[in-house]
Amino acid sequence: MNIKDIMATMDYGPAPEDAGPVAAWLEARGRAFGHFIDGSFRNVEVADSIVENPANGKVLARIAIAGEAEVNAAVAAAAKAFPAWAALSGFERSRYLYAIARQLQKRERFFAVLESLDNGKPIRESRTADIPLAVRHFYHHAGWAAAAETELAEQQPLGVCGQIIPWNFPLLMLAWKIAPALAAGNTVVLKPAELTPLTACAFAELLAEVGLPKGVVNILHGGAETGSLIVRHPDIAKIAFTGSTAVGREIRRATAGSGKRLTLELGGKSPFIVCADADLDAAVEGVVEGVWFNQGEVCCAGSRLLVQEGVAPRFLEKLRARMNRLRIGDPLDKTTDVGAIVSAGQKKRIESLLEGAMAEGYDLEQTACRLPDKGHYIAPGLFAEADPAATVSQVEIFGPIAVVTTFRTIDEAVALANNTAYGLSASIWSENISAATELAARIKAGVVWLNTTNLFDANAPFGGMKESGYGREGAREGIAAYLKPKRGEVTKPYEAPAVDFSPAPTPDGSADVLVDRTLKNYIGGKQVRPDGGGSYAVRDREGQVLGLAPLSNRKDVRNAVEAALKQKGWAGNAHNRSQVLYFIAENIATREAELATLVQSMTGVGRRAAEREVRQTIERCFYYAGCADKHDGAIHATKARHLTLSLKEPLGVVGVLASDEAPLLGLMSMILPLISTGNCVVAVPSGAHALVAHPLLQVFDTSDLPGGVVNLVTGERDVLAKTLAEHAAVDGLWYCGTGEGAAHVEALSASNLKQVWTNGGQAFDWSDDVVARGRDWLDRATQVKTIWLPYGA
Amino acid sequence: MSETGGRNPGTSLERGWFEDVQVNRSAAERRAAGLAASRTVKKQYQAAWLLRAIQCIDLTTLAGDDTPGRVRRLCNKARQPVRQDILDELGVGDMGLTTGAVCVYPTMVPHAVKALAGTGIPVASVATGFPAGLTPLEQRLGEIRYAVEQGACEIDIVITRQYPLLGEWQALHDEIRAMREACGDAKMKAILATGELGTLTTVYRASMVAMQAGADFIKTSTGKETENATLPVSLVMLRALRDYRDRTGHQVGFKPAGGLRTAKDAMNWLALMKEELGGPWMEPGLFRIGASSLLADIERQLEHHVTGRYASAAHHALS
Repeated sequence: MNIKDIMATMDYGPAPEDAGPVAAWLEARGRAFGHFIDGSFRNVEVADSIVENPANGKVLARIAIAGEAEVNAAVAAAAKAFPAWAALSGFERSRYLYAIARQLQKRERFFAVLESLDNGKPIRESRTADIPLAVRHFYHHAGWAAAAETELAEQQPLGVCGQIIPWNFPLLMLAWKIAPALAAGNTVVLKPAELTPLTACAFAELLAEVGLPKGVVNILHGGAETGSLIVRHPDIAKIAFTGSTAVGREIRRATAGSGKRLTLELGGKSPFIVCADADLDAAVEGVVEGVWFNQGEVCCAGSRLLVQEGVAPRFLEKLRARMNRLRIGDPLDKTTDVGAIVSAGQKKRIESLLEGAMAEGYDLEQTACRLPDKGHYIAPGLFAEADPAATVSQVEIFGPIAVVTTFRTIDEAVALANNTAYGLSASIWSENISAATELAARIKAGVVWLNTTNLFDANAPFGGMKESGYGREGAREGIAAYLKPKRGEVTKPYEAPAVDFSPAPTPDGSADVLVDRTLKNYIGGKQVRPDGGGSYAVRDREGQVLGLAPLSNRKDVRNAVEAALKQKGWAGNAHNRSQVLYFIAENIATREAELATLVQSMTGVGRRAAEREVRQTIERCFYYAGCADKHDGAIHATKARHLTLSLKEPLGVVGVLASDEAPLLGLMSMILPLISTGNCVVAVPSGAHALVAHPLLQVFDTSDLPGGVVNLVTGERDVLAKTLAEHAAVDGLWYCGTGEGAAHVEALSASNLKQVWTNGGQAFDWSDDVVARGRDWLDRATQVKTIWLPYGA
Repeated sequence: MSETGGRNPGTSLERGWFEDVQVNRSAAERRAAGLAASRTVKKQYQAAWLLRAIQCIDLTTLAGDDTPGRVRRLCNKARQPVRQDILDELGVGDMGLTTGAVCVYPTMVPHAVKALAGTGIPVASVATGFPAGLTPLEQRLGEIRYAVEQGACEIDIVITRQYPLLGEWQALHDEIRAMREACGDAKMKAILATGELGTLTTVYRASMVAMQAGADFIKTSTGKETENATLPVSLVMLRALRDYRDRTGHQVGFKPAGGLRTAKDAMNWLALMKEELGGPWMEPGLFRIGASSLLADIERQLEHHVTGRYASAAHHALS
């Protein structure tokens, strides 16, 4: 084209990024890569798994696949390196992280080109998002290491961390995993995605360059089988996974009962809400960044557009015009907006979802642009009338396709937004601060962007609610997931007392009372007979029957969960919650002697011990009453002119399977942090000592505790635990019991990825204030919601 | 241009078109920054774009010490904005490349008209008490009529900032409408002085009212405000312009002024025009750049394109 011709069309013309240095690097290594274990590169000679360039289908390199021997070697190297690495001062660890950040920054262009070649993402995005964010993550965590002695005091690292990352942001996800693990003093075995291993290979070379001690970071390549070997390895203390919800569930099941800590950052189907009073042009650009960024291969993509009905036609008109200006093509061209889908398999998966939607009768509109002949491309598009009933409105497409439906009111927007199994993010567009903040408060999502989308920072917690997983990455919350308190660990197995749950009469007699007492379940603020119409005998240590307790079944649990779900308003006001908790303390105090007698007779402890248990229960009520309005969120220093808040929100409905060890104190020590932070609870008291429920429900009833906040259901722990663990509307489960029982609920929790805490089958000293109360209980009872609010008039 | 012979006839004041509109500054800034980062033009495409930028320049002198000689020098640069041998090397030596117009104060119009006789380059004049616009309306209208009589065929008017600042939209509409009438056949560019309007929302609303009042171009700045043309402000004005086109079918032009100094700036603004509006808004009929020093930087870039060596300003004629 000569210049005059160009002046007639005013096209952009090609603007290719130079891939020469990266090609030379690949050639110099024979286009073959092995694992990075104990500071050396291994198994290059068996590198035969193909890594292709998704933009043209050409082979970029070959990579080795790690089997059992390599996984064992990597874990052993990490375990060997751990004591010395953990023992380094914060400054020493910080030095390494700072060097990594610096070196990465100096090689920004190289890593950006390599990432785009491997993944298919536009070079503009790898240069302006992936690599700078990865660099920022290492800087931020160099800071955590440097400040660890004061900022993370009395904390210690976990050990060897197994980390498994996806293919959509390969180097960035590597940074999100490695930086906090190292800053906290852990060592790492990381597995990049099989489709996109190359920036991790270059990163391993960078680690060698900065002289990171051998074995501190080990990088293994491979697919699901390698991942499974890591997940199941007994010497790994923690698994951190980012990827699909389906694999997240498998990992939850595989790690059940292992004692491994687990954080999961999974899929999403995030709402993108456009209110009538939004800056519509800004919202259109938000869709570009929310749905078409990275070809839509983004877990937090705002792919579910909810548009207020009155402005929907105008908004869609603007959106279509904008969509048709997107430039799709060579990822290495600097003016490409949408690059290639990562693989043929992913492309096929997306296409089959689109075909399914069309078969269901929904119309797909796509850009008319010409796609390259080779490579895996999908034209950006949208379903303008895809209501919640459409499959594509429910499942994650993970491609450049938006679905659109309309809403009428803010209430309806909330209902539609929350009408999903996921809870990763939400993007809200309204110029009315009142409406925007109400939506932000009511949508269940880990990250909420107001009048913006897809903003990230190493100092802003990121992670999901519901089936989008648990754990946060970034900020204090992120590094906390790689630390545990500095204190000794209990290793005494939990002993479950034998209880006969037979509903048959007990001819050996019962306690001598003036008037027969009837303990019922306490559901929705009412005393309710058990569905099965049965009771079992609760006995003292000598076998003497003390009374009868309801023998509840799954329907009683169901009813209790319903009551908890119906409860509205408890989470709303921390001051009111604290008042109720003080009142509970007051009412327990008035029954101090009676409760002590009950504890004494049920457990057989001495009078002193029983009195101490009651007294400590009162103290714990005070403690959590005091904490109710003090477990605050934070304001995070992120970008200029952005208010970045994190709120600590209750999980929702939480099941509690209480300990037999201290029937009153144990039960209340689990209930109190939960209700102090705004959760509603379905609690199963100790089966052996279920009569504790009787005075307690009277206490609750007389303490202004709203119905449904605490529900008490008695019966056989592991029967009721199963129903709670499987219940899809239960958001969390706290379990005390045997190791077998704990493993069982952990595995069952995978069905909706509820957050589980167990005693790990270990005995627990409920009288020890250090372990049995405190901030970690409050943290466990809450989940973080990060809200981004850019400002500027 | 539209079927109305290249003019925007305007409409009555339609408050419903702008009173509900809210512009989010952070989002506009993010879009503007992202756009500049995501569009680049290289090699001969870059040369073509730079030549187009020259065709869109209103080469401007608006200084208290302007003289007939100064204006003549500017006009001669407008006729030959780039050294001929550079143009020949680029293969455009025969296309008669000129700037879009020359822009001067009203009393300088006759000198510019004389210097540009026979070139076809229009003379634009600022008017209406430029830059503050706070002289009485009759004098301001008289100034327009004077400039037109002297041969200006484009008039860059300034608005009374009080009206948008206080939301006196009818007054703004009436004022611009009266100025448009005074312009007669001369095209009217309405300078909004966006740096003094406080919010992007006000920029949008003032843009819409100016178009409703019949402005043929909306222009960002006088060049005398502390903040002149920026990409976010331009983005918002272009969105108003697009909305006006969608509602009325009339195409209104856009002129950023003050603040575009480098070839890179010119490329960014052309890319903004292409992305937000498309082809016709990349031509002088609907796009002008008010600038004085920009041309010198573009000429240097063009020489670099031809020779591969960095150029010296001393080798290019002063404007």
